[in-house]
Amino acid sequence: MKKLIATLAISVLASTITWSAAGADENYPERPVSVMVSYGAGGATDFQARIVTMVAGNEEYLGQPIVIINKPGAGGRVGWNWFASNADPDGYTLAAYNVPHFIAQSIKGGVKYSVDSFEPIANWGSDPAVVVVSKDSQFNSMKDLLDHAKANPGKVTMSGAGLFVGHHIAALQIGKASGAKLAYIPTKGGGAAAMKAVIAGDVMAGINNLSDAYRARQSGNVKILGVADLERNTEFLPDVPTLKEQGLDVDNSSVNFRGLMVPKGTPKAIIDKLAASVPEMFANKRVAKQMNAGGSPMKIIGRDEVKKMWAARQASLTELLKGL
Amino acid sequence: MEFLSYFGGVFEPVALLLLIGGTMGGLILGATPGLSPTMAVALLIPFTFHLSPTQGLILLGAAYTSTVAGGAVTAILLKIPGAPANIATALDGNKMAKQGHGARALHLSFLASGFGGVIGVLILIFLTPILAVWALAFGPSHLFWMAILGVTVIGSLDSKSFVKGLLSGCIGLWLSMIGYDDIQGAQRFIFADALTGGINIIAALIGLFAIPQVLEMIAKGRFAASVEAITVPKQRIMDSFRELTQNIRSLSIGTVVGSIVGLIPGVGGQIAGLVAYDQARKFSPHRDKFGTGHPEGVIAAESANNAMVGPSLVPLLTLSIPGSPTAAVLLGGLLINGIFPGSDLFENHPQVAWTFINSMLVGQILMVIFGIYTAAWAARIARVPTPIMAAAVLVLAVFGSYSVQQSMGDVYVMLALGVGMFFLERFGFSAAPLVLGLILGPIAEANFIQGSMIADAQSGPWQYFLTGTLNLFLVALVVLSVAYSFRSNKARNPATKPSRGVAT
Repeated sequence: MKKLIATLAISVLASTITWSAAGADENYPERPVSVMVSYGAGGATDFQARIVTMVAGNEEYLGQPIVIINKPGAGGRVGWNWFASNADPDGYTLAAYNVPHFIAQSIKGGVKYSVDSFEPIANWGSDPAVVVVSKDSQFNSMKDLLDHAKANPGKVTMSGAGLFVGHHIAALQIGKASGAKLAYIPTKGGGAAAMKAVIAGDVMAGINNLSDAYRARQSGNVKILGVADLERNTEFLPDVPTLKEQGLDVDNSSVNFRGLMVPKGTPKAIIDKLAASVPEMFANKRVAKQMNAGGSPMKIIGRDEVKKMWAARQASLTELLKGL
Repeated sequence: MEFLSYFGGVFEPVALLLLIGGTMGGLILGATPGLSPTMAVALLIPFTFHLSPTQGLILLGAAYTSTVAGGAVTAILLKIPGAPANIATALDGNKMAKQGHGARALHLSFLASGFGGVIGVLILIFLTPILAVWALAFGPSHLFWMAILGVTVIGSLDSKSFVKGLLSGCIGLWLSMIGYDDIQGAQRFIFADALTGGINIIAALIGLFAIPQVLEMIAKGRFAASVEAITVPKQRIMDSFRELTQNIRSLSIGTVVGSIVGLIPGVGGQIAGLVAYDQARKFSPHRDKFGTGHPEGVIAAESANNAMVGPSLVPLLTLSIPGSPTAAVLLGGLLINGIFPGSDLFENHPQVAWTFINSMLVGQILMVIFGIYTAAWAARIARVPTPIMAAAVLVLAVFGSYSVQQSMGDVYVMLALGVGMFFLERFGFSAAPLVLGLILGPIAEANFIQGSMIADAQSGPWQYFLTGTLNLFLVALVVLSVAYSFRSNKARNPATKPSRGVAT
């Protein structure tokens, strides 16, 4: 009897396995898909990831809901380490990426991932770094700030959200382009803590996300001196010049790009399916409305373009971080 | 008095239903170990997609209020503080429950929470413009001294021996250093993947408090097979109310401390309860009874952690800066609806802003009612036989620490810390000072390093950390607190023998 049950069980098990293996790629996704966010609940990445994935359950996109899992810690390293080493490449575990963060971290070392560990799906947003000062500050342009920094080397303090994140990259680029010596002060509480330091006058200036700085300016707390991007942001800050316009050779290396990716080794059929439907999901009208309401700039980029963007960042960041 | 004209919005049918649902749900989520207020609010955000801004915020506000208080349920009944805010509640509350006074402890905790919570929201309503300036006044140097002030409390918290308290505090400080350091980029004591992000405070809390208990129960069960019969006397709500009014001192200390500490961005919620507990003890004539199941301890801790809720939103609502992780999640909830907190909120969306604040006021009262209603049967948990209890607590502990960030690593950390703590407790060490060290370590360290980086760019560390009224005031408090500890320690052991054995 026991033997019979065992044989029966094994044959049932075997048939399910073969069945699921055969149908897996065409029927994907058959169950809810999870997206790992390597920052805490309430952060900008988490908040945006929740918005852009909220319509995933619609038939025309994935047809299955997306669940957000937060694995915060060590500036994103905890989550991406887990994703690179533990996530199954079966298309049911996606992750949000933040460029330049994960690329800069992998160049500095001590982590288990690099650009080659992941396959991009699509990009949903770009949040450029901007330079902010408190509303009562004596500085009204990048020139004011940098002239002061050159006259008082090392005395101008600048807050930002941690090491080897977009803010830090922007500060490095500004320092390199102007030749001024700036004291970059990383904060532990992310962008919000860095912004508080600027408003409260703990530091003389700060680098922060465009979306957060726009909000702080709306409340009348800060002045925004420049945008670290190739073009002005026409949607939220049309009046703020780029750093390039102000004579600083700073490109868009520090712009915080956010999007979805899968681990290397995910079947090509699944990647293709995601790469086709995910950008359309990002372009959904309801998604766009809520992103805009929150002051989060959207930038939808397809898989092939994102691949190129990753490679370009890898090159420019390797150059910038050399000898640091 | 502008807020009064918006009370109508709270009592609309849908709003009221959401408020009731949010409060009840919040109590349950709060009473689940591992689900901190921050997590609970984050879980609810997707639901607000389908609601109007006002309704969404009512739900979030109600959930925030009641999860903080709900954490007291497990703290009292099982000695598992659901969130750092409830650590101090567990110290006396659980002793009361073990003596059969669980219902009384729960009553007092909910009544004190409600009182503190209402005062906190009133502070938010009336004093926001003044307090916004105060919240900004705390720079890195002040936060550093605040954390040091907290460290001075460690020695006297829940320990019979001052030295042992300090030692366990040091273990906590050391544990807090594990992980990747965000400010200088150093990797410290990372021997396993699970430790890259440092020790998760919620997992540590569960391990340090729950696991020693489980092991204790199992050990006891081996020698005494008979189940201890605890009688749970009926507790009349009027008696609890009278008891609360007899303890006005600890209630007001808790409320005041909670409101002040709650304001300070980045420190607030985690230590409000512990600081209030310590202060209430120092001012109490019955200070020796603290830690033995004394109601004042529960009252001070719970009034403080709910008083903190209102003021903790001041920086968010006025300056658009979230002062706590929960406030950050609420910020997300506002942004989704296209509402920017800050001056814009009260000028252009007064309906949303005031209905939200009013709903927290009403929520506090609903929370007291539901809380007291459940207290009567929740307290019967003390009669559950020990073996079943041990198994149930263990399941909850594993579930709770896993659910924080879906990580088995956290479960291992929880178990390891728990087993370690079991042996430490045998030698007279206790978990509360250890956890306080774990919480304060990062605050003290990050602000010290940040402060010295700013100081290096300006006038040098001495001037940065030791001048200015607020710095000097905090330093004076630190000195006073240390002096007090020395005095009371001397008074307790007039002739401290240096050669006492370890395992006393």
